[in-house]
Amino acid sequence: MPRSRRRWRAMKLVWGGLGLLLAVGIAAAATASNDDCLACHGDKTMTTKRGGRTVSLFVDGKKFATSIHAAFSCTNCHADLEGKDLPHDAPLARVQCGTCHAEEQKQHAASLHGKAIARGDALAPRCVDCHGNHDIVAVKDRRSAVAPLNVPLVCGRCHREGTPVQANRKIEQHNILENFSESIHGEALFKKGLTVAPNCASCHTPHNILPHTDPNSSIARRNIAATCTKCHAQIEQVHRKTIRGELWEKEAHVLPACVDCHQPHKIRNVFYAQGMADADCMRCHGNHQLKASDGRNLLVQVDDVAGSRHAKVACSQCHSEVNASRVRPCETITHPVDCSRCHEEVGQQYQRSKHGQLLAAGDKNAPTCKECHGTHHILGKHDPVSVSFSTNVPTLCGRCHREGEKAAVRYAGRQHEIIQHYTESIHGKGLLKSGLTVTATCTNCHTAHLVLPRTDPDSTVNPKNVPATCGACHHGIQEQFVESVHSASITKTDKELPVCSDCHSAHSIRRTDETGFKLDIMDKCGRCHEEIAKTYFETYHGQVSRLGYTGTAKCYDCHGAHDIQKVSDPRSHLSRANVVATCRTCHPNATRRFAGYLTHATHHDPKKYPFLYWTFWGMTTLLLSTFAAGGLHTLLWLPKALQMRRELQAEKAREAGESTAPTEKPEAGKDGNHAG
Amino acid sequence: MPVDIEVKNPASPASPIVPPVIERKHPEREFVRFTRLQRALHAGMIVSFLSLATTGLTLKFSYTTWAVKLSRLLGGFQTAGYIHRTAALLMFTVFAAHLYDLIRLKREENKSWRTLLLGNNTMVPTRQDLHQFLATMQWFLGRGPRPQYGRWTYWEKFDYFAVFWGIAIIGSTGLSLWFPVFFTRFLPGWFINVATIIHSDEALLATGFIFTVHFFNTHLRPEKFPMDTTVFTGHMPLAELKRDKPLEYEALLASGELESHLEEPQPEIVVRTIRAFAWIALSIGFSIVIWIIYAMLFAYR
Repeated sequence: MPRSRRRWRAMKLVWGGLGLLLAVGIAAAATASNDDCLACHGDKTMTTKRGGRTVSLFVDGKKFATSIHAAFSCTNCHADLEGKDLPHDAPLARVQCGTCHAEEQKQHAASLHGKAIARGDALAPRCVDCHGNHDIVAVKDRRSAVAPLNVPLVCGRCHREGTPVQANRKIEQHNILENFSESIHGEALFKKGLTVAPNCASCHTPHNILPHTDPNSSIARRNIAATCTKCHAQIEQVHRKTIRGELWEKEAHVLPACVDCHQPHKIRNVFYAQGMADADCMRCHGNHQLKASDGRNLLVQVDDVAGSRHAKVACSQCHSEVNASRVRPCETITHPVDCSRCHEEVGQQYQRSKHGQLLAAGDKNAPTCKECHGTHHILGKHDPVSVSFSTNVPTLCGRCHREGEKAAVRYAGRQHEIIQHYTESIHGKGLLKSGLTVTATCTNCHTAHLVLPRTDPDSTVNPKNVPATCGACHHGIQEQFVESVHSASITKTDKELPVCSDCHSAHSIRRTDETGFKLDIMDKCGRCHEEIAKTYFETYHGQVSRLGYTGTAKCYDCHGAHDIQKVSDPRSHLSRANVVATCRTCHPNATRRFAGYLTHATHHDPKKYPFLYWTFWGMTTLLLSTFAAGGLHTLLWLPKALQMRRELQAEKAREAGESTAPTEKPEAGKDGNHAG
Repeated sequence: MPVDIEVKNPASPASPIVPPVIERKHPEREFVRFTRLQRALHAGMIVSFLSLATTGLTLKFSYTTWAVKLSRLLGGFQTAGYIHRTAALLMFTVFAAHLYDLIRLKREENKSWRTLLLGNNTMVPTRQDLHQFLATMQWFLGRGPRPQYGRWTYWEKFDYFAVFWGIAIIGSTGLSLWFPVFFTRFLPGWFINVATIIHSDEALLATGFIFTVHFFNTHLRPEKFPMDTTVFTGHMPLAELKRDKPLEYEALLASGELESHLEEPQPEIVVRTIRAFAWIALSIGFSIVIWIIYAMLFAYR
């Protein structure tokens, strides 16, 4: 534009100059001079009747002499007087500015104003209505009607409240001049006198004024960005956090246009705080009765938004695709709110997560942003009443993951009653009972947005990553663990090595000084160290433990917990250098020989423990032979004993018979019998 | 016991054979087989043995739910441990008292150890016991009459020495488990493991034997069913002495000492109390046997 326009202007000047010389020459030679015209029109009282109104026909010769057209003769413009005798007939034909200003004429003809003229709209402005007639000065001249500072006044003659145009023509904007003069542009222009500040023509163009519905209009939705960026050249950088720059061009139809946020004529640099656009939305969405076609209540509580993290975000920033030119700007919306426009990183995490995968697969159970964060009343995770505040997270996740709920019923893994178990766990108690907001909650281990099943290698709860996940808080333990024999970095094996959750569980984590935990841990060790656990339970330590008491040594009392090393490792609690000290934690006077006690002894292994093996079998033989001899003796005796019993009873019966048959007397005889 | 009883009622005015009419409403007098001390030691043995067995077996059969419940009932493993060690001390005391009684008897009767240990009424197994054992086997198989037993039968002698053996073996290993730090000053650490096996298996033998074979031999024999209270009351009907210990009876009759060994029966209340105590002990013993069988056969791990 600028180059061709400049060349065009240069040509105009050259040709105009040449034409001027020619005209002046001709005028001087043949026709009436300007003085001839002013002889009559210099009279201030000269009037005529036109359309019932008295119109002045006075032409101020002095003003004309200072106008940009001073060098022209009257007949150059009033061409129909060319060669006519004076005084001339009235009325004259309209002056055709386009004779010289052909381009402007053409634009005007195609413009809103030009079309109105063509329709015969009496209110439609012509050149003269804006530019004046005999007193036209250069645009750069401050006296010009279309000088930057004057343009709003010129346009405002029609486009302000109370004018016939504003009242009778379909113009969607209201209080245009007032709003503009209060806007940041208007203030710059009027208060600060910045002539570079935009006026009406800067956005609407001087002559090519088109309605915003016209795709060629400078204020059409797709052109708005180009129009604004004429001045706001770096606006993309300003908005980078809000809208990725590339989208301005790629997705202009989806993205909010400048005017969606920075409303036309009302533009302020503190626009958001004023929430003007929101008020437009609230015109409908403040209505309690507003329902969607599917029956959803579409009421938006202003207080919800005002009290939320997004209080300073306009409706249309989230509900993009609105078209401010519509009566219902939202009717052009086709997509749900996409939070990742602003929360880009979180959005990417979500898409990678199981939740996002389900959503992509079209699963109706898949939670989106709003399922967890809500809609208009979104609060930050540090706000105690927020659903994402740490103490509220178990309830939040529990909505789906509590037993019987939609996530729990489709889950096929090993964890059950997750929420209940968590609530009873040390983390759950710490968070919910003790109110320690730093306690681990669901999101600390599973992350908030990159939630992945444990089988996924990127999951924070994948066995490979569990030590680091727990170590985020239990750093000291992690340091010990990564150096221990159970750490994958120390022991290279195909077998599965234990991680935190294998001993401590995932959701039922208990205090380690709790009896139940102390006893359970032996079974946990025994899951892998099956043989060694079995032999432990054959010793006094193991027997007492199995009875349910923690008073005797358990696995970790001797081997350590997180710093377990091979017994052959000098760092081990059971290395030659350390073992006596380890025994002494319970047996204060223990000696090296005492430490020779076999804590995992079994009497079933003749090679490893021949003493025990032969002692056991010796004792067993003794037992079996003694029981066999005693039992056999008893069994052989039994029939004879029964026989004796029968004889005794018979004897007793005989005695009883003798004592009852003859009355009193024979009792002495009985005594005698017995004694005998 | 190889001990003859002190004479409590040296001179009874009436003949036991034909008591005077005025004494007829009194029950007939009974033979005194055990002294008061001996009865007390047996009772002490019962209390300590049952306590040791119950508390010890909870550890041995710790894999049964029974053991867990019993251990709770006893007040936990530490309390059970205190009970076990206290009972052990009681048993050591019983053992020591018996040994002291032997020495005292020897001194009082002014006999040599030889006559005390190898006399007629000795507890030490003799050639006669071997003969009686063989004769008993003949009788069991129906090839001879019931042998004429003396004061102590061979199975009673076996029971008696089983206690000696048991106290020596279980007691010594038990002490090493009680004071492992002390014992490993001069014994290797694995000795404690060996001691554990011996202690627990020997205890199993003792409990198993006492609660089955001993119970049958002395209490539950059909002809004495349901219970022989001699060891508790100390008294034995004379008829029973004649039937079961004919040699002793005849010896006493021959020496004319029988009369000095007869006493009035224990008062009814004493007998009842004794029976109640004995029944409790018997029931505990049988419960333990059932528990052992269950643990060994059905729950063994």
